[in-house]
Amino acid sequence: MSRIIKYIFYDLLRTRFILLYLVFLLISTLAMFQLDSDPGKVTMSLLNILLMIVPLVSIIFTTIHFYNSYEFMELMLAQPVNRKTVLIAQYIGVSVALAIAFLIGVGGPLLIFGGGAAGTSMILSGIMLTLVFVSLAFLASVLTSDKAKAIGGALLLWFYFSLIYDAFILWVVYNFGDYPLEKPILVLISLNPVDLARVMMLMKMDISALMGYTGAFYRQFFSSSSGILFSVVVLVFWIVIPFYCTLKVFVKKDI
Amino acid sequence: MSKWKKYIIKLFLYPLFFTGLCFGMPSTVSRTIWVKSGDSLKEKIEQAEPGDTIIVRKAHYRPGNMIIQKPIVLKGLDYPVLDGEFRYEVFTIASLDVVIEGFHIINSGRSSMQDMAAIKCLDAHNVILRNNILENTFFGIHISNTNNARVECNTLRSKSTYEYEHGNGIHLWKCKDADITGNNIHGHRDGTYIEFVTHSSISENISRGNIRYGLHFMFSHDDTYRHNVFKNNGAGVAVMYTANVTMLYNSFENNWGSSAYGMLLKDIRDSHVRYNEFIANTTGIYMEGTSRTIFEHNIFRENGYAVKLMASCDGNNFQNNSFVLNTFDVSTNGLAVFNKIDGNHWDKYQGYDLNQDGYGDIAYRPVSLYSMIVEQVPPAVMLWRSFLVFLLDRAEKVLPVVTPENLKDNKPLMKSHDFYLQSE
Amino acid sequence: MISIYNLNKYFQVFQALKSISVDFEQGKVYALIGPNGSGKTTLIKCISGLVIPTSGRILLDNEDIIGTWKYRQKIGYMPQIGKYPDNLTIGQLFSMMKDIRSGDALMDESLYYGFRLDKLSEKRMHTLSGGTRQKVSAALAFLFNPPVLILDEPTAGLDPIASEILKEKISHEKQNGKLIIITSHIMNDLDELSTDMLYLYEGRLVYKNSIAAIKGETGEDRLGRAVMKMLINQNYEV
Repeated sequence: MSRIIKYIFYDLLRTRFILLYLVFLLISTLAMFQLDSDPGKVTMSLLNILLMIVPLVSIIFTTIHFYNSYEFMELMLAQPVNRKTVLIAQYIGVSVALAIAFLIGVGGPLLIFGGGAAGTSMILSGIMLTLVFVSLAFLASVLTSDKAKAIGGALLLWFYFSLIYDAFILWVVYNFGDYPLEKPILVLISLNPVDLARVMMLMKMDISALMGYTGAFYRQFFSSSSGILFSVVVLVFWIVIPFYCTLKVFVKKDI
Repeated sequence: MSKWKKYIIKLFLYPLFFTGLCFGMPSTVSRTIWVKSGDSLKEKIEQAEPGDTIIVRKAHYRPGNMIIQKPIVLKGLDYPVLDGEFRYEVFTIASLDVVIEGFHIINSGRSSMQDMAAIKCLDAHNVILRNNILENTFFGIHISNTNNARVECNTLRSKSTYEYEHGNGIHLWKCKDADITGNNIHGHRDGTYIEFVTHSSISENISRGNIRYGLHFMFSHDDTYRHNVFKNNGAGVAVMYTANVTMLYNSFENNWGSSAYGMLLKDIRDSHVRYNEFIANTTGIYMEGTSRTIFEHNIFRENGYAVKLMASCDGNNFQNNSFVLNTFDVSTNGLAVFNKIDGNHWDKYQGYDLNQDGYGDIAYRPVSLYSMIVEQVPPAVMLWRSFLVFLLDRAEKVLPVVTPENLKDNKPLMKSHDFYLQSE
Repeated sequence: MISIYNLNKYFQVFQALKSISVDFEQGKVYALIGPNGSGKTTLIKCISGLVIPTSGRILLDNEDIIGTWKYRQKIGYMPQIGKYPDNLTIGQLFSMMKDIRSGDALMDESLYYGFRLDKLSEKRMHTLSGGTRQKVSAALAFLFNPPVLILDEPTAGLDPIASEILKEKISHEKQNGKLIIITSHIMNDLDELSTDMLYLYEGRLVYKNSIAAIKGETGEDRLGRAVMKMLINQNYEV
């Protein structure tokens, strides 16, 4: 498997997109630190990148990569190589490349300028989100038969998790505002990795004091060890389950 | 020559005579009593005549409860320690013209039933409490039914974690013409608590790290607050049920917490809030039922909400204030607006000043749609910082539907005057 | 060597293979013929593991291969249209394949040099003509010296010289006792190379016999004609 990963890596580096992504993250993070000296405020602005750009880039890039490396996979699958190995190698190759780009692009400046506890959890949730959306992209790719459809599906997934789902939560909140909603909303939030990462991050910032009683409840929950464990486990599920489904489909897929 | 002599005699002798009069004569009217280690302070006070001065040398005293019922002056030399042993109220003053100065009072008794304090004054007009250090007391200074009380330059320190464990730092009830100046209050329930106190001045005090409010006042008309600092208090400052308050040059900082305010205004009318700083508070000013109050030249910086203006407020006028780096500038819970916010500086304003008159050419709406939603349905706060909220706010800015149409600054100031620096 | 029992393959509702049962023996060259869309490539892909059969069994050396992968060491597969990562050069492609399968078997680079691919090793895959791609595919199929060779349209698009080189190679491997399965529409090539023939029609295996037997039955000495005659006799189209 490591030899296959090696060639996937070569291929990824050759496209230069990952490098571009890294440079983009690095420049925007550094610019934010230049424009604002307060690390807390920078983390706030970085949150936007984290919640919008990282999922979008991860899911689109992975889908494109999947279809671009279709020939490679075809070639591999005629060789004495396990199908699962090929797919897992692809997953590791893409997600490690994207995660490293994020780690250097955002983590580097945070390390230099100091991001505190919020910075650390920002890196962690950024990497988690990368892995989640790479997983989702694989699922979208393996379920469709051509590149255009797959990219469409990936965009739709991103749109769903970034926007449509939140509109649904807002609708729930508006219609059931008279009931105690803390726990139902916690469940709803767990069903969307972007929301989960966002709320986890918000709770790490002192800004959460603005969030009133609801905020206090979540702050308590997400700062308890069981709360952290819960969110990490949920995010891991978000990584593992789509990828597991992808594997199941892929071993039966006709090339 | 003789004329010169006369002059010289007058010049040297008259002062001598008068100094003799000043120092010698009163000794016959009032005495100075010295107290040293081992003496019973309580007995000395009982022996003292009205007008006497008792000077207490540095030592550790356990005087129990001292009740003062005559006008005397008590002075500590180098801060003698008066230990209440967690059982006694150290001073109970019930006389006119008492002065307590220079003591280090520790460990007062604790009782919520009797409001035990380090120094309690009842009907003690003209009392002066000056330069004392109060440590680990239940109530620090407790004054009621007293006119012309002066509380100056005292330091009150307490360590408490729960509200019920501690009383207020400086507590005034039913007073007139009080003057509370230069005190430093830390770790009490309310730093300063004022109820039914009128025509008084509270200035240059520092109130930090109190569990509830740094300053809490109710039904206290015609008072003036100047140059006070309220920092890191559990819930900030609360001003309630009062008319004609003047607040100048105060600083409200770092009152963070889910129910903390820089300043909470509830049922206030005809007041003036000028030249104050509200920095890094969860809510800079929370206003409810506030009328005809003028907010001018204040700075709101890095607050969660700079101003929460509830629909029950009317006739207030915000002018020449600066709103910088706040998460939300103004939020409200209704559509009807009876307040004016023209002529302030908003750092979020994106318009231009083409005619260069110093005011932006189009109006600024400081209320965001999302803050309105959160006001109505608090759990919606969980969507904060989501893409959805970003889009909603943008859309609302272009086409206001839900946010109050009239709550807008028609003359947004392009530049923020650094009022505070100018005034200093 | 390869035994197929009752193999079915559906693509959604379309049935591409209809209960195919057949044995392939070592040392023989099988010509797999049939009209376009008759299921030849599907059958080949089933054996090489690229298409997963809906039902049935495929045994290679008495082991069921469906869902497994190690058996592919024994198979050299030359696809009809070879697709390769665009950015790789020929040299990189071969070194990658050798790297990934290192230690698998003794390398057989005769076709690599026979086709003069070593002269083209700096060329990127996406710049190659269809014929050169075919050469690459053929060279890769033979590279690891596998006992089974499955060649899908091997000579289509090859220039005459390359075609001869490949046919010689196939004959040579036949001599070495390998099992070779070829699909082709070029009857002359099959006539030269194959020992047996299978005819697929609409997913069904309708005819299987040795070349000698077909020629004997029909009295023709050219395979093309013999097949024609046989089909007309049996009412199938080509």
